[in-house]
Amino acid sequence: MGSYNIIDHEYDVVVLGAGGSGLRAAVGLSEAGLKTACISKVFPTRSHTSAAQGGISAALGNMGEDDWRWHMYDTVKGADWLGDQDSIEYLCKEAPKAVLELEKYGVPFSRTDEGKIYQRPFGGMTKNYGNGIVQRTCAAADRTGHAILHTLYGQALKHNTEFFIEYFALDLLMKDGECKGLIAWNLNDGTIHRFRAHTVIIATGGYGKVYYSATSAHTCTGDGNAMVLRAGLPLQDMEFVQFHPTGIYGHGTLISEGVRGEGGYLVNSKGERFMERYAPNAKDLASRDVVSRSMSIEINEGRGVGEEQDHVHLHLSHLDKSVIENRLPGITEAARLFANVDVTKEPIPVVPTVHYNMGGIPTNYKAEVLTVNGSEKTVPGLMAIGEAACVSVHGANRLGSNSLIDLVVFGRAAAKRAAELVKPGSPHEEIPETETQKCLDRFDKLRNAQGDNSTAELRLAMQKTMQSKCAVFRTEKNLEEGVNEIRKTYDGMDSISVKDRSLVFNTDLVETLEFDNLIRQAVTTVDSAYHRKESRGAHAREDYPKRDDEKFMQHTLAWCDGKNTKITYRPVHKSTLTNEVQYFPPQERVY
Amino acid sequence: MAQISLPKNSTVNKGKYYKDQTGSKNIRKVNVYRWDPSTEENPRIDTYEVDMDNCPSKVLDILNKIKNEIDPSLAYRRSCAHGVCGSCAMNMGGKNGLACTTPHTEIDGEIDIYPLPHLKVKRDLIGDLDGLYKQYQSIEPWLKNNSSKESTEIFQSKEDRAKLDGAYECIMCACCSTSCPSYWWNGDKYLGPAVLLQAYRWIVDSRDDERKARLKKVADELKLYRCHTILNCTSACPKGLNPAKAIAEIKKMLATANV
Repeated sequence: MGSYNIIDHEYDVVVLGAGGSGLRAAVGLSEAGLKTACISKVFPTRSHTSAAQGGISAALGNMGEDDWRWHMYDTVKGADWLGDQDSIEYLCKEAPKAVLELEKYGVPFSRTDEGKIYQRPFGGMTKNYGNGIVQRTCAAADRTGHAILHTLYGQALKHNTEFFIEYFALDLLMKDGECKGLIAWNLNDGTIHRFRAHTVIIATGGYGKVYYSATSAHTCTGDGNAMVLRAGLPLQDMEFVQFHPTGIYGHGTLISEGVRGEGGYLVNSKGERFMERYAPNAKDLASRDVVSRSMSIEINEGRGVGEEQDHVHLHLSHLDKSVIENRLPGITEAARLFANVDVTKEPIPVVPTVHYNMGGIPTNYKAEVLTVNGSEKTVPGLMAIGEAACVSVHGANRLGSNSLIDLVVFGRAAAKRAAELVKPGSPHEEIPETETQKCLDRFDKLRNAQGDNSTAELRLAMQKTMQSKCAVFRTEKNLEEGVNEIRKTYDGMDSISVKDRSLVFNTDLVETLEFDNLIRQAVTTVDSAYHRKESRGAHAREDYPKRDDEKFMQHTLAWCDGKNTKITYRPVHKSTLTNEVQYFPPQERVY
Repeated sequence: MAQISLPKNSTVNKGKYYKDQTGSKNIRKVNVYRWDPSTEENPRIDTYEVDMDNCPSKVLDILNKIKNEIDPSLAYRRSCAHGVCGSCAMNMGGKNGLACTTPHTEIDGEIDIYPLPHLKVKRDLIGDLDGLYKQYQSIEPWLKNNSSKESTEIFQSKEDRAKLDGAYECIMCACCSTSCPSYWWNGDKYLGPAVLLQAYRWIVDSRDDERKARLKKVADELKLYRCHTILNCTSACPKGLNPAKAIAEIKKMLATANV
């Protein structure tokens, strides 16, 4: 091991990640008087929350009657009954409060004629338990994530949150199954920092970059998920990867579901509005897994558009000009920049594109990380929130606009729970040096890697495998090939190369560490998918087309020490949190 | 005696030349600013021959291609790749912009890529924006409203909300401020167009109760009036915003209102 100077810090709580959930947690922690550090590999407003477009769901009822129980039913159904209903109840009941709080923080929501927060229709959001469309998704034009992220950063500044920006987290520090802190590398000057904390809150987002074509940012590498795996803890439901129906063909840029919410629709090469066949009631506003599968079927059966007939068209030129100008300005710009399309005249070429990870670090509704050791147990000192976490409120398929609300509701919940558990200023335990050693050994080994395989080549191989073997439709044969192929790429790590030897903004090493994180998640994803022999939500098996509640109404738990995985299951929570709502038993899922 | 010559390490040297290895007939030369503080070497310009037949349309695609296929040591910031996160702001062909939204066909001849002008450089194309972020904090970018009602939102008419359009969309990429000669000279004291646009965003928010105090706070010879309406900011903004107009509006409010 090379010698590294280590700079030590002590905090009550460390938040890892400064997107929507991390910032919301940090604000709550500062309010509670806990000494809090917020660590991020990018400046907070660069986080991928900024890319969320359509909106944030909450049963405010600003545009007609609504009820959080209806929202809960929609979420349970959208999740294809893999969500934990106690957590979903918490999410939907807390949602209106959380949105009003954001508004008071200053989020510039679009407005109704009465001056209330504007809400738009979104996929899978219905009234009265599936009877008709409801307008539940609160929007700031089509830049809702940007507006929320910048506002939350302002709140964090107001509360004097201590930020460590452009620090790349390496590993958690564990002792007897408890989390005691983490180690991070300061990209600005190359120093290594050890943070001791009574609680670490992981808010590192998703890992979309295991796929070739994703709406995700380059930085969406699931670093926290991989840290959890390396700490010997499991990830949950990793096979559930959401393909957003409308990524720009050839580029992957997101085109908001808000376009269909405002009246846009999908068309095949025959000019048919094909969603009418697949979802007679909800049509283009069926949930995302349903729309993505329908598009894939249209393309597979030869009704795709374009030279290769490999995508479909999203029409919005029939919409009122003022609707496009006022409510969809961002996607108008994106379509011009990345598809060379004037949306007032032409359709946007779109294709299902990897967008969101329903799976992640298992937690309860208080954001405490769970593991299974005989029975369900919490991991002291460790919490997870946002896309990194699997609470699980999104189950097998997340509804559009349920992710932004997840960020703020559970960001808030984590801060509350940490405030109950941690006494400000209490002394820190010693952590064995071996934990630090282990972390720096891995760092040092990759830093000095002198093999033949470039990180970019290995990353591309991984992305192509995932894209072809673990996509919208899956089969035993395909997945088996994926399971083997991804391991070959993993083996390529033995001979990886890092050319840059600097410690200051060594982005070659950053990308290599990120790849090390990604490949572990790719392995758990394809293995989890292989073992789930049923179709549920985003996991569509052609060889097992039916949902199998008897065997698989369970969460997958996957441990992974690199190449080897261990897979077990834990039952879905089949009860609600309070008696304000009844448990929704499984039904056939039609839109 | 005051030193009037530039320090030795400010000279930018000619760097390495990376010849095309693909045999492509469609090559463009890309000149990139390189500097690593840990080497004690002077900055240099490396030149890469890039195969344009297999390169998508934006400058960021060129940089990714260089990093993935030619030289992994090149350092730059990038994240969302579609113009919303503001990470990849840099100077390309002499103009500030986002690498992920700037088509390389807009640049004639050899493509010169530099960090944003007049910032300290952290490494290669990575500029130091810490000063700008501190200035952003100084305008207190959060809503100050004294209402205590918890059960409803603070109402805002569509007309009042429309006043925020053109301001709240700012992604803080700093293309505007680092294109502003006044900011180059007085960047430590003049707030610059990016931060003044944000100041304006809170001043005109009808929900905010501290409009006057906010105006007073920026009404300063250096913080505000270093703007000499050069308008580089507006032409530099990759989101099509108009910081110059926002600054003019602030000046107008100060000139006409009783603050």
